[in-house]
Amino acid sequence: MKELRLMKGNEALAEAAIRAGADAYFGYPITPQSEVIEYLMAENPAERTGMVVLQAESELAAINMVYGAAGCGKKAMTSSSSPGISLKMEGISYIAGAELPCLIVNVVRGGPGLGTIQPSQSDYFQAVKGGGHGDYKLIVLAPATVQETVDYVKLGFDLAFKYRNPVMILSDGIIGQMMEKVELFEQQARSTEEPEWATVGKKPGRDHVIVTSLQLQSEEQEKVNLRLQAKYREIEKNEVRYETIMTEDAEYLFVAFGSAARITRKAMEMARAKGIKVGLLRPQTLFPYPYEAINKLADQVKGILTVEMNAGQMVEDVRLAVNGKVKVEHFGRFGGMIPNPDEILNALEQKIIGG
Amino acid sequence: MTEEIIIAGFGGQGVLSMGQILCYSGVMQGKEVSWMPSYGPEMRGGTANCTAIISDNSISSPVLNAFDTAIVLNQPSMDKFEDSVKPGGLLIYEHNGMTRKPRRKDINVWAIGAYDESLKMNNVKVFNMIVLGGFLKIKPIIEMGNVIKGLEKVLPERYHHLIPLNEEAINRGMSIISQENKV
Amino acid sequence: MAENLIKPENLVYKKTSVMTDKVMHYCPGCGHGTAHRILAEVIDEMGIQNETIGVAPVGCSVLAYNYFDVDMTEAAHGRAPAVATGIRRVFPEKYVFTYQGDGDLAAIGTAETIHACNRGENILIVFINNGIYGMTGGQMAPTTLEGMKSSTSPRGRDIKTMGNPLKITELVAQLPGSYFVTRQSVHTPGSVRKAKRAIKKAMEYQKLNKGTCLVEIVSNCNSGWKMTPVQANKWMEENMFPFFPLGDIKVPQE
Ligand SMILES: Cc1ncc(C[n+]2csc(CCOP(=O)(O)OP(=O)(O)O)c2C)c(N)n1
Repeated sequence: MKELRLMKGNEALAEAAIRAGADAYFGYPITPQSEVIEYLMAENPAERTGMVVLQAESELAAINMVYGAAGCGKKAMTSSSSPGISLKMEGISYIAGAELPCLIVNVVRGGPGLGTIQPSQSDYFQAVKGGGHGDYKLIVLAPATVQETVDYVKLGFDLAFKYRNPVMILSDGIIGQMMEKVELFEQQARSTEEPEWATVGKKPGRDHVIVTSLQLQSEEQEKVNLRLQAKYREIEKNEVRYETIMTEDAEYLFVAFGSAARITRKAMEMARAKGIKVGLLRPQTLFPYPYEAINKLADQVKGILTVEMNAGQMVEDVRLAVNGKVKVEHFGRFGGMIPNPDEILNALEQKIIGG
Repeated sequence: MTEEIIIAGFGGQGVLSMGQILCYSGVMQGKEVSWMPSYGPEMRGGTANCTAIISDNSISSPVLNAFDTAIVLNQPSMDKFEDSVKPGGLLIYEHNGMTRKPRRKDINVWAIGAYDESLKMNNVKVFNMIVLGGFLKIKPIIEMGNVIKGLEKVLPERYHHLIPLNEEAINRGMSIISQENKV
Repeated sequence: MAENLIKPENLVYKKTSVMTDKVMHYCPGCGHGTAHRILAEVIDEMGIQNETIGVAPVGCSVLAYNYFDVDMTEAAHGRAPAVATGIRRVFPEKYVFTYQGDGDLAAIGTAETIHACNRGENILIVFINNGIYGMTGGQMAPTTLEGMKSSTSPRGRDIKTMGNPLKITELVAQLPGSYFVTRQSVHTPGSVRKAKRAIKKAMEYQKLNKGTCLVEIVSNCNSGWKMTPVQANKWMEENMFPFFPLGDIKVPQE
């Protein structure tokens, strides 16, 4: 029987982690995502599934605890919000370099610095273009609903293990704090597998396992990089996910992700009511990015507007995809401000249709 | 049917839980719902609000700048949200503690004395349920049976014996709310 | 009637000018306000307003920079002692203080705290220990007592899985770099006077360049503890003080 509940995004995420058979969660409180660890502590998953939940002394410590547990072949995760994610960047780079699977959740708030606790998408570059040092990529999933948040926890762990790569769920204060109807998947058993790359204790007859991101010889480090790059190309080939709404007859196109896409959808409905044929493309994966789908739509539409809760970050990827075929503009509110449908519609009319 | 509602007042008036109960009741009635709170430390003792949307269709934006209904329970909330009611929309306000009446003439205005009524019931905690009753009287979008089911979901098991009291509060709210402006 | 009383000659108490007129955002009953005031009074009485630089933490006192009328820097969470080190090293003649909560100082900033004190940075650390993360809504702090409930220890702090409450002040006192280390409170008129004397001493010691001074103030968080201010002070006396006993922990050997 399907289980329907009304849940906050952050709480649903925590419940999904337990149900996905996560082995460990390490975190540090920060608004607007503290409900994740609060929910986990209240649920006491140690009793429900044996999952470990620990409040670390800092985000720095939390991500390194994830590194340790992930190296043991366990499903490990952490969550935070922007300032805390910045602290985790060093650890994330190490995890990517050592090719370990893990799940990292960023419930983004406005920055830079301590910024504001209100919702934002200003960590797009950080999530998609690196953030930490070195040539690495995270698989980045961008939910727009509480339901997708739940589904992406499961998907995130699956992709992380499939590619031995850290996966980030890029959420924001709206999706984390809002309540919606969710259908929860059934409890999955925690895995008892011991991957051959994991530090589980040396077995007789096999070499000891070393989890590391260090190579002393640059020739060796280049090989690592080539292997990573081949993996990223594979991910680009297999894992692009996006949704299109009313694009069949569209003369104009919105591109938006996460909660901005929902607000944009409202603007799209208003535009349609006025007779403007506009559609919406919503990337669900930010890496890999739906370049091809956008490129194809650029042959059909007269102009594209990205709507983001930042000063213009994803718009760069849309321009890459469009490659000059049509005009691409950005509309954004930032610093924790949320765009409203009226101003989005207005921006479409001013910057794309009129401009 | 889509009903877009803002509920605003002081922290502690039960603003957030009222929205949650409304949404859970909507789920029980098979509706699509979304609930979005204001959040953060500024809420401690300050003002709190939430946006609740109940619809037959899937909900696009969970945050809005214009509402079908505004339920305002203190003066700062009236000041902030009176202008956000769509023309022809509904404003419900608690008259206790207000320093002025709503100014808009192009919307339906209803007043409720939920605080006084809660004192009569010897329980200020049911204040928000009285207000909810008032709202449901004017916009009967959810059946009482589903509201009770919603309450059962939101209230922890140990408070379930209070459900009849909440039901009474909802009924009282329905009977005491009164119209002040009609369009 | 009241107007007749408000005359300069009737003045018995006046807010120090080292505090601004900004309305404080602290919850009624919280100890932060009092702690701010006595620190500001000390700066006022020593006449060092123009030579003092403060560092605000991340926590409820994140906006301390609005209340102290001295030059202030807002540090990232836990990093105040490092920021203060940077300031005092380039301005060795100035008075530098940090003002930090327990999460800031004893969790995320433990390394900065220990190393600043171990280097004997000539700064004053004012440490407000309320046993909880107030700002983020009542999560467990490193100083949360055994069995004490918080939103991330909903069944009470379990030492086996969550670790022990950390007496960081005693730890700091053992470091060769610390000079004067004391634990005070601000919940009664007497304790406020004592705490103020301790802060004054610590500020004065800064001139000697003999090492780090740390003044811990055990305080309440009635919002986070979910109590009235009166209950919270009583609870603090009965539960916090036995574990965090008040008094000097390290005094200079003259
Ligand atoms: C890197 C980072 N992580 C987390 C936070 C969120 N945060 C803000 S204040 C705080 C706890 C503060 O607690 P404490 O130092 O005890 O001070 P109090 O609020 O109790 O005065 C946390 C975790 C942050 N701002 N930055």
